[in-house]
Amino acid sequence: MITLGDYLIVSAILFTIGLAGVMLRRNLIVILMSLELMLNGANLSLVAFSRFRIGANGLPDYNAQVFVFFVITVAAAEVAVGLALFVALYRARQTTDVDDITTLKF
Amino acid sequence: MSPFLFWIFAVLTVIFAAAVILNRNPVASALSLVVSFLGLSALFMSLDAFFIGIIQVLVYAGAVMVLFLFIIMLLNIRAEERRRINWLAAVGGIGVSTILLVQICVVIGRFRGARQAFPPLASSRTDDVWNIGRLLFNNYNLPFQIIGVLVLVATVGVVLLSQREPR
Repeated sequence: MITLGDYLIVSAILFTIGLAGVMLRRNLIVILMSLELMLNGANLSLVAFSRFRIGANGLPDYNAQVFVFFVITVAAAEVAVGLALFVALYRARQTTDVDDITTLKF
Repeated sequence: MSPFLFWIFAVLTVIFAAAVILNRNPVASALSLVVSFLGLSALFMSLDAFFIGIIQVLVYAGAVMVLFLFIIMLLNIRAEERRRINWLAAVGGIGVSTILLVQICVVIGRFRGARQAFPPLASSRTDDVWNIGRLLFNNYNLPFQIIGVLVLVATVGVVLLSQREPR
């Protein structure tokens, strides 16, 4: 029997893998991919709670799914802007490695 | 949803998510991310969220990943050469992630609802596109329009950012 906890643990593992990727990887594009993994982990737990909370009409709670829709839209816009920034950065510095971009580092 | 299918897709999603951050080659990372998103979309569909599952495939596995692969190709990024590993940063990153995972698991373990199975739906026919659309255009009309403006601003911003000579 699959419980809510199983889905929540899968979502927690996805989020943690994304967090580890953001902190460990030095390629900006892979860091952006890890951010997407974190967003997807959060989405999975939202959808799991939506299915878990059955309303009076016997349907899932669609408020959470509308929220997931918004998250996906914002994530797509974020990827577009982020990748355009990386292209501009690559034109200026010929690198996408975070170790080479240290001007603002304290 | 049979437990067998759930575990297959959950393990697939997690393994390929780990492959994203373990691969040295960004193209391999991007392709692993596609497989991970497809597994996640199957998990969404197992939760009767068919609309979200389809959107996941169309937007993430389709549009976003094409964008990633296109930029990797455009910038001609090769596999990272082996640099000196900053062991302090590596141990710190893995440690913080592990602590976070343990904390979330403890919270889930203390949450009573987490041990309950999903309650059955009234019928197998959920009409979720209709229901989400009704909520989106009635209760969430203002956020929906704000999202529209956000996407427009993002589009204009991307065009401005990728101009060759900024003025």
